[in-house]
Amino acid sequence: MKLETFAKYFILWTFLCAGCGGQTDKRTEIVFWAFGVEGENVAKLMPEFERRHPDIKVRVQMIPWNAAHEKLLTAFAGRSLPDMCQLGNTWVPEFRVLNAIEDLGPWVSHSTTVRDSNFFPGIWDTNILDTLLFGIPWYVDTRVLFYRSDLLAKVGYSRAPTSWDEWFDLSAKLKKQFPQNYAVFYPTNNEWVPSVIFGVMNHSSLLKHLNTLGNFSGKEFVEAMHAFHDFFRNGWAPVKTMQIVNIYQAFTEGYFAMYISGPWNIGEFSRRLPDSLQGAWLTAPLPGPDGNIGTSLAGGSSLVMFRSSKHRPEVWKLIEYLSEPAQQLAFYQLTGNLPATVEAWHDSALANNKYAAAFFTQLRHVQATPKVPEWEQIAQKVREYAELISMDQFAVEEGLAALDREVNVILEKRRWLVYGQ
Amino acid sequence: MGSKRAVFFFLAPALVAIGVFFFIPVIAAFVLSFTDFDIYALGNLDYARFIGIKNYAQLIGDPLFWKALKNTLYFLLLGGPLSIAVSLVAALMLQSKLVRFKSFFRTAYFAPVVTTLVAVAVVWRFVYHPRFGILNYVLSLLGIGPIDWLGDSQWAMPAIILMAVWKNFGYNMVIFIAGLQNIPDELYEAASIDGAGTLRQFSSITVPMLAPTTLYVSIITMIGYFQLFAEPYVMTQGGPLNSTLSIVLLMYQQGFRWWNMGYSAALAFVLFAFILAGSLLQSRVQKKWGV
Repeated sequence: MKLETFAKYFILWTFLCAGCGGQTDKRTEIVFWAFGVEGENVAKLMPEFERRHPDIKVRVQMIPWNAAHEKLLTAFAGRSLPDMCQLGNTWVPEFRVLNAIEDLGPWVSHSTTVRDSNFFPGIWDTNILDTLLFGIPWYVDTRVLFYRSDLLAKVGYSRAPTSWDEWFDLSAKLKKQFPQNYAVFYPTNNEWVPSVIFGVMNHSSLLKHLNTLGNFSGKEFVEAMHAFHDFFRNGWAPVKTMQIVNIYQAFTEGYFAMYISGPWNIGEFSRRLPDSLQGAWLTAPLPGPDGNIGTSLAGGSSLVMFRSSKHRPEVWKLIEYLSEPAQQLAFYQLTGNLPATVEAWHDSALANNKYAAAFFTQLRHVQATPKVPEWEQIAQKVREYAELISMDQFAVEEGLAALDREVNVILEKRRWLVYGQ
Repeated sequence: MGSKRAVFFFLAPALVAIGVFFFIPVIAAFVLSFTDFDIYALGNLDYARFIGIKNYAQLIGDPLFWKALKNTLYFLLLGGPLSIAVSLVAALMLQSKLVRFKSFFRTAYFAPVVTTLVAVAVVWRFVYHPRFGILNYVLSLLGIGPIDWLGDSQWAMPAIILMAVWKNFGYNMVIFIAGLQNIPDELYEAASIDGAGTLRQFSSITVPMLAPTTLYVSIITMIGYFQLFAEPYVMTQGGPLNSTLSIVLLMYQQGFRWWNMGYSAALAFVLFAFILAGSLLQSRVQKKWGV
């Protein structure tokens, strides 16, 4: 009797479940991981995509930026990767080593909308590893000089510096005029970018011998680090970076007049600086050592397709859709992230933005960081030593030699893979 | 013979569970600590090599490891005794016949223990805020200048210790209360008839009678404090200048941020050795004192 009741319920339950199954739509579902602000906003572009492709349903899952890297690696280890995701372009080499992402070359060659000439070459290049293409640039990020034009004018500079000599001269004049304040602010306590940019501006390759050894004690990087260190030695940049709790407030107060930063700060500066200061700040391409535009870093995020995906054609359609200039522009308006396709920049929304112009110029002078999975780890070491050098706990040559030793330990495995097997 | 087999039969489910979820992972981690399992090996297992004790050797030469060890010991040696002392004082006060609303205070003091650390951290970040924090406000009334608690490498660890003590003392306090309640009242009565004052009663009755509890509490606290992780992970991410980097945080960074699993496993076993040595030392010392 009891068994019979159980059987009845079991059968009923099974039918109910089958009923549930029948109700879900027959569209192909693709799962798309996007991070932070991008994740919050990209879903707004999906209704149009789903309207054009009634057979595809996109599930956007938002992952916080600071958990993204760990989540992706653990998802790979646990075989639960999504169909596609955005990937910071310095992460692409890592997922290539894992053999987790699809070579997009063949997809591009059959595509009518995605082609390399649509994108900034320096940014496109960050996705190419050993001649294969692993990601399509989604939005771009590079660093330029943000500066207080009113303060610069007070020491006789009507425009941003265009060479290192001018930059030093300007900094010295600013320090003389405002002894309590500083010319530049480098957040050495939590950013590796400024110190690395100095090396890149001075044409350092950062790593050498097929990226298996550190090249930080090489001539170019040593020179660059001396220049970087001069800012601290002469009191042009604050050594104790922790004292700046809020950079927007410090910038408003004139505590520093120049700051190397990225596109997100166009929005932040416009929002957070008081009205009296709007019109008193500008952006400019980095001043190079020799008077040309200084090389900056090619950053941003790319869209990648995971090899484990069972819906690769559908994923490709979404990548194509997100690469259309119209969608790139819509995404820029939602997030402030700068478009990766050059055509989107011709729209008045961007062409008339006086702060974006410096980025457009700078994006033609960018270089990728070394394409090795160890890069993030190495970059943290560079930051650590740049901070120690800025605090005079190491002389420049001594600090960079120690940095190379640590970097060479990190790259030991890579040397074995490249040369030693 | 038959009964022996029966014992194994009944124990089997537990043994299997312990084996699968405890012994196998521990052994696997131990083996892992002799390999250079990393991001390359995750992609292709052929790229993992047995490298003997190289991870351990590298660890000894790693300045970051020594920094983390120093920070952890700093936290342990300052925070551990402080936390036990605060727990004991709180327990004594709650046992005192003069105190009212005992159960209210007991609950209030225990509340931080059961509160999620992430929520606690948000509140403490406000407390420690260099310009708007209440702590600096109180200090400014005493004429002490503003301290950047979490941003200054000198003050970050004391700030973490203060928060950890506040968060954890309630647990030890409850254990101390249980220990205090086990001390027979007759001992105190006899002592007071003999003319012993409060201090003498405390040093000659409470302290020796609480010794086993104190041993337990200090071992548990030491093990817990050696594994310092969540507080710096949430509050400072190990910064500034690695001044709050603990061994477990370093292990986490090596393992899950850089995916150097072999190195990370080696760190785990070094930490295990430290905790084991610490516990043995502690029980040795207390045995000598005749507990």
